This record gives sequence, structure tokens and C-alpha cells, in this order.
Amino acid sequence: MDRFISKLLLLAACSSTAILALIALFIFKEGVPIMAKCGLTHFLFGRVWAPLDGQFGIFPFIIGSLCVTFGSLFMGVPLGVSCAVYLAEFAPKKWVNVLKPAIELLAGIPSVVYGFLGVMWLAPIIRDHLGGPGLSILAASCVLAIMILPTIVGVSIDAINAIPKNYKEGSLALGATEWQTTWRVLLPAARSGIVAGVILGMGRAVGETMAVIMISGNATTIPHSILDSVRTLTANIAIEMGYAVGDHREALFATGIVLFFFIMILNTAALKFARRKF
Amino acid sequence: MSTTSAVCALVFVIGFVLAGGFSHISWGFLTEPILDMGREGGILPAIVGTLLMVMVAVGIAAPLGIASAIYLSEYTVEGKLTQAIRFGINCLAGVPSIIFGLFGFILFVVMLGFGWSILSGGLSLAAMILPTIIRTAEEALRSVPSSYRDVAASLGGTRWQVVTRSVLPYALPGILTGVILGIGRSIEETAVVIFTAGSAVQMPTSLFDSARTMSVHFYILAREGISNDNAYATAAVLICTILVINITAYSLMHRLMRGRKTA
Repeated sequence: MDRFISKLLLLAACSSTAILALIALFIFKEGVPIMAKCGLTHFLFGRVWAPLDGQFGIFPFIIGSLCVTFGSLFMGVPLGVSCAVYLAEFAPKKWVNVLKPAIELLAGIPSVVYGFLGVMWLAPIIRDHLGGPGLSILAASCVLAIMILPTIVGVSIDAINAIPKNYKEGSLALGATEWQTTWRVLLPAARSGIVAGVILGMGRAVGETMAVIMISGNATTIPHSILDSVRTLTANIAIEMGYAVGDHREALFATGIVLFFFIMILNTAALKFARRKF
Repeated sequence: MSTTSAVCALVFVIGFVLAGGFSHISWGFLTEPILDMGREGGILPAIVGTLLMVMVAVGIAAPLGIASAIYLSEYTVEGKLTQAIRFGINCLAGVPSIIFGLFGFILFVVMLGFGWSILSGGLSLAAMILPTIIRTAEEALRSVPSSYRDVAASLGGTRWQVVTRSVLPYALPGILTGVILGIGRSIEETAVVIFTAGSAVQMPTSLFDSARTMSVHFYILAREGISNDNAYATAAVLICTILVINITAYSLMHRLMRGRKTA
């Protein structure tokens, strides 16, 4: 009886891996034929996306995804890491109990709501003060920076808390100020954990769909400035999936494959960093 | 300083939506059908659609996830196999929702022939929230002191008896927290649902009907510019639901921790 239950539980435990394998299988099955048909280089580096003419080049979307992601990291990482340092080291306990869940709550807000806010409030501000269409890399980066904050803060706090107490005490005993201790001792010690958090945040930014569709403007060309509108890989899939058929639909699945690769690389890297100790 | 700005962002987001939405929420808005593509009427079908889809998702993901967690923490020792399983869980947790949407579309909607339906949507959501539930449940199980297991085992309990009678009751609040977080994730999700459940405005009558969730309804209202007032109101309902869910999950966890310390 106990044996049987054990087998049953093992089966359940394997389900996640099985689902992951199924996802990979189906997306590859749908997407690989069109990649082969277009030629891999042509698909990845082609600059023209014209599904009706059978032209499938996703280079502009790859650039779009990268721009938006790095833009959000540029704003989100300093903010997130300093939040984490404050919460882990300086904040009074009472505040931590309120602030930490509040930041976690940022992850709970539906992405469509962020997108809506970006459209109603942020995009007009950018349009009026900086020019351009408003729906742009800048707007998308700002919104994504807030969306990835909880991931970065959460993982970084864990990393900082995992540092043995004597590191900090040793540094303080040598006469270093709190700030010197944080900057020269704690942050370097927590480096790999923080990097893991940043990479996970990057994964979230690359994968985010609905908010990005609403605020990045979705132009299918390669952007020239951060005020230009872009379309990301995720947005490309989501926008055209509704009506795509045949080759067009396969090309969207192929876009999914590229996205899947990005995410897998990021995940593996994050896991590697997270496992490393100091 | 930066923490303050992060919290300000949160307060701003919530305040912005609630300020715009509350004046348009009425009893009628919550209990009337969607009329004229959302320009008129309420959001009852979206609420029902959300509830049904979440029920399907949690109904599948919770037993599966909790069983996985029990296996990982109670029934095995760390080794190659658990490493592979953990790698799968971690990767699945990082897969973007749009990929779950594609997967659900091709497997459930097209190949298994469920069509755009609550069932397809629920199944895809289940796959998405599985890692959340497993991780939280495993953490909860690991926090159970080993003396609980030892005592139950020394009384002659089989491993299954030890787990169900002694370990699970102790870990229950933690496990529930994970399930609640999973519910929250399903409610806020849009990309998965729009590809697998469609966006019908009618009241769903069976699991094989297409339906929209509140998030999808809000997305369509906002993106197509159908009605800003109703979009705000839907967003406000959505945010309130999410707030309640998160606060419940958090206080459950908090109470659990405090109870443990005094015990």
C-alpha cells in the first residue's frame, strides 16, 4: 500500500517536468517547419514582417524585446536592490512587516491594469514633454521596471539575509560605517543571489505580454530612439494569434520557440547563480 | 527612499484605479449581463467565468501540486531524480504566460477538441500555477519539525499515516497560502485565458462554453476603447479581489509564523 502511494506521488511530482516537456514538444512541432521553410537566419535576422506576403523576419521584435527589457532593468535594478538593502539592513522591523508585503503586492496587480495605467497616464506625459508617439520603449520600460521590482527585491532580500552575521559584525568592528559595510561587504557577498534575482526579473520582463502590448505601440520596425514605438516577441504572438492561419500561425509559434529559448537560457543562468554561495 | 518610491508606485496604481472606478460600481454592475459588448450592463458573466475557470484550475493544480510537494519533502531523498524534478518546476515557473497560452491553444483547444472553453482555459491555468503551489507547499512541509514525524512513526504509523495525520495538518495553513496565491495568479492572468477560453460575452452554461474572465473583459474594454467608465469599474473590482486574496494569504502566513513562535 505504501509503495503504491509512493509511486503515485512520484507520478504527480513528475507532472511539472512532463508539462514542460509537452510545452516544448508542441511549440517546436508547430514552429519548426516554418523556420526550416524560411531558413533560420532569414527568420531570425530578417527585417521584414509581412505575413500576407509570406515574409517572416522577427529581427525587429528581438530588438524590441531587448530594448524594453534592458530599459526596465536600467530603472528597476538600482531601485530594487536599494529597496532590498533598506529592507534587509536598515528598516525597523515594524516597517518591514508592512513594506515587504506591499512590494509583493505589486506582483499581484494584473498586468493589464499596469498597461492601462501606462496608456492613460504615462504615455500622454511622455508625448507632451519628450515628444514621439508616447507609446514607446521608454513608457514600456518604466512600467516593466515596476512589474519586475517584486522579483528583484524578494530574491535580493533572501540573498542579503543569507550572509553570515559575522561578515557584518567584522566589518563594523573594524570601524567601517554602516554605509561602507553595506557597499563593500554585504553587496559583494550577496552578489550571486542579487544577480540571480536580476536575471529572474529579466525573464519576467522578456515574457511580459499584456502590459507591453498596450504601451509599446507595436510598430513592426526597428526603433531608432527610446521614444520610438516597438513590438516585442510576446506582443507579436499575442496580437496576431487571434486571426493567424497556416504559415502565419506557424511563424507565431516559431516566435514562441525563440522566446522559449531566451527564457530557458535566463532560467538556467539564474539557477546557477542562485546555487552558488558567495 | 527607493523603498518609499516603490510603495508610492503601489499606492498610486491602486489609488488611480479605485478613484476612477468606484463611482461606476453599483449593485447592478455586478449582477447584470454584459450588454452591447460592454458599453452597457454589468459584468456578471465575467465574474462567473472567472470563478469557474479558477475552480477548474485550482481543482486540478492543487491536488497535483500538493502531491508533488509531499513526494519531494516526505517520500524521497535528494538525488539525481529530485534534481531533475526541481529543475522542471523551476523552469516551468519561469515560462511566460503567453507560452502557456500557445500550449493550451494547440493542445486543449485544437488537438483535444475542447474548443475555446472554460475547460481549456482552466487546464492551461492549472499548468501555469502548478509551480507556485508546489513551492509554497514544499516550504510549508519542510517547516514541520521532524519530531512530528518521529513521534507518529514511533507509534507504528505507516509513512502515509504519518504524512496525512501528523504532517499535513501542521502544514495546512502554509499549503493553503500557496493555493490562494495560485488563485490570485489565475485571476490576474489575461494572455493565457484569451487564447484558450476565448472571450464570449454570454453567460456560460457549461464547462465547454467559451467565457471571458474579468481581466480579459477589462483588457478588451480598455484596448478597444469601448467604454472607459466600465473599464475603470472592472479594474476596480479586479483590484479589490486581488487585494482581498493577497491580504488573506499574507495574514494566514503571518498568523502561522506567530503561532509557531509562541508554541
